[in-house]
Amino acid sequence: MSEEQQAFDFLGAYCPIPLSHSEQIIIGHGSGGRLTHELIQRIFKTHFANPLLEQGDDGVVLPVMNPDHFEIVVSTDSHVVSPIFFPGGDIGKLAVCGTVNDVAVMGAKPLYLTAAFILEEGLQVEVLEYIVSSMAKTAREAGVSIVAGDTKVVERGKGDGIFIITSGVGIRPKSLQVSGRNAQIGDRIILSGALGEHGVAVLQARGNLGFTSDIQSDVAPLNHLIASALEAGKGSQQNAIHTMRDVTRGGLATTLNEIAAQSNVGVLIEEAAIPVNETVNSVCEMLGFDPLYMANEGKCLFFVDPKRVDQVLEAIRAHEYGRQAAVIGEVVADPIQKVLLKTIMGSTRLVDMLSGEMLPRIC
Amino acid sequence: MDNRLLHKFRDPKLVQTKLRQIKKLITRPWTIMEICGGQTHAIKKFGLEQLLPSEIEFIHGPGCPVCVTSLELVDKAIQIASMPNVIFTSYGDMLRVPGSRGDLFSVKANGGDVRVVYSPLDSLKIAKENPQREVVFFAIGFETTAPANAMCVLQAKAMGIENFSLLVSHVCVPPAMRAILASPSNRVQGFLAAGHVCTVMGYWEYVPIAQEFRIPIVVTGFEPLDILDGVYRVVQQLETGKYEVENAYSRLVTYEGNRAAQEVIRNVFEVCDRKWRGIGIIPKSGWKLRDEYSKFDAEKRFDTQAIETQESPICIAGLVLQGLKKPYECSAFGTLCTPQNPLGATMVSSEGACAAYYLYARNLETPERKHV
Repeated sequence: MSEEQQAFDFLGAYCPIPLSHSEQIIIGHGSGGRLTHELIQRIFKTHFANPLLEQGDDGVVLPVMNPDHFEIVVSTDSHVVSPIFFPGGDIGKLAVCGTVNDVAVMGAKPLYLTAAFILEEGLQVEVLEYIVSSMAKTAREAGVSIVAGDTKVVERGKGDGIFIITSGVGIRPKSLQVSGRNAQIGDRIILSGALGEHGVAVLQARGNLGFTSDIQSDVAPLNHLIASALEAGKGSQQNAIHTMRDVTRGGLATTLNEIAAQSNVGVLIEEAAIPVNETVNSVCEMLGFDPLYMANEGKCLFFVDPKRVDQVLEAIRAHEYGRQAAVIGEVVADPIQKVLLKTIMGSTRLVDMLSGEMLPRIC
Repeated sequence: MDNRLLHKFRDPKLVQTKLRQIKKLITRPWTIMEICGGQTHAIKKFGLEQLLPSEIEFIHGPGCPVCVTSLELVDKAIQIASMPNVIFTSYGDMLRVPGSRGDLFSVKANGGDVRVVYSPLDSLKIAKENPQREVVFFAIGFETTAPANAMCVLQAKAMGIENFSLLVSHVCVPPAMRAILASPSNRVQGFLAAGHVCTVMGYWEYVPIAQEFRIPIVVTGFEPLDILDGVYRVVQQLETGKYEVENAYSRLVTYEGNRAAQEVIRNVFEVCDRKWRGIGIIPKSGWKLRDEYSKFDAEKRFDTQAIETQESPICIAGLVLQGLKKPYECSAFGTLCTPQNPLGATMVSSEGACAAYYLYARNLETPERKHV
């Protein structure tokens, strides 16, 4: 600071110190030089603090865990939500939950995450710090460490504030056979809670629908809930849970269609059994949307042996993110690779995948 | 918000009661056209055809604004949207409608400024915020969307917004009903009139049609119980040889309709001949901007080249819209033509008959049921 003072006194005869740019992201924050290091030190390492991240090398060295009993599960996900803050969450929380949940539905215990940040020139550092602290908080809740990362900056107008790409590493017992290919005829299907809250929260946050509601995104790390469900499903031989999948973009309809195709089975669900909260229902009715296609970020499907479905359901319901869990249907032999819905009227109809974007009705 | 009212119109017990009443009443096959695509969607979504006696056959009417907007206008929209200084605004569904070459989504992907809005008033707001740009709204739809579009023009004029215009493609229900009934291949014996259209227009316009063509017309809503009640009343008239206009949607519709809305429409629009996609020109079946509002007319404001329109040679959307063919009778249905890759507009909108069949009933029952 004394140099700056001097410069003021001897105007024109000094070498100006560059601005510190501690408040706003500029292109230099992605250069890999001093600004990048300062940002990493001040924001990322402060919030993500853990011994593995402290290694500070080009890659992180992870301990090997009993390779005779465990296998490694890896998943990766890019997060580009607009707006970056919405009721119930933000892109940071989303970036952690998205990957934690993807690893968890594989039957694995998520342990480590990596995070790559693409920042748009002009982003307020304060905003970045809020998002990073939200990631740290969510990671703590999930019990995972963020062990490696990267930062790039793109010119203003070439990004949407911030994009976050996270990868997750987890381990699962070799004996566990959980897969989207593994749904079996007769399996009961449990949905861990009510549909559409994330979709409605984000729509509302975009602010062009002309209404407000009390709806909050359901974004949440589901790994502990899933661990309890797997524990309840443990048996002498195979786990009672054959398939798990988190229900995200494309909604329940799309996820069920994926599994029906992957496992080469049919799925029959009961409209009356599917939990949807009133506000979501009302918003969907008004705009001509269907809750079956609305996005979720904290919901999971379980395909469970019918004999043990009650125990698993009970374990899911005991968890704070699974209070509204319900058996919504079953796996059937026919029609193969299709999802049918029994309506509250008693008729049956096809439930297709979401095609393209959901668009509001015209009149 | 409260959904209790809505739940009542989906109450399975009341639905069963209404179904029993229809079964008791019906003695022979009847063919009923639901005018509105929203009704088609509800019939498929709630699987009502499965529940109704097999004597009832639904023919799906032309009431899907996206479907009937002429190819020429879609092509014009694509041309205007591609112009450098234009912000082209539209309801989302229109972006996917195939023109002769490409759609509005491809204009957007190629750098055109195409924006989805939820109301024409949003479009007007964009015009106000971007005085240096030309903002165009694709004013499609039936009588239902007309008041808001007309109101927009009045507001633009009052606020002195000069950079705003409408590409108008308004169509009206009664002339289309007449065209269907006058066709030698017509099979329609009774109509479920479109509840939302009647909310604006009332149902006085339908009285002469019912009398002239000796056909029952029942103003019908969109919930399962609404539709079943509409069917019940049409069947009741058919079975007793009556042909009257009845209102089964009285919680929203009156005989006169919304007078204020009709007044706004009359102030801004005048009747014109209109080309319907897949059907052709129906005389006096549309609205265009009155001369005093011609500066808000995008067709006059922008110099568009006449391009040779080209429909898919396979698509039978026109026959589907007239109720002459069912979507699954098309060779491209579900194979070459899907909502991801629509050949015709009826596969685009959720109100389009082909899309409703594809979404809710594809491969389940083709042909749906044997009719007696």
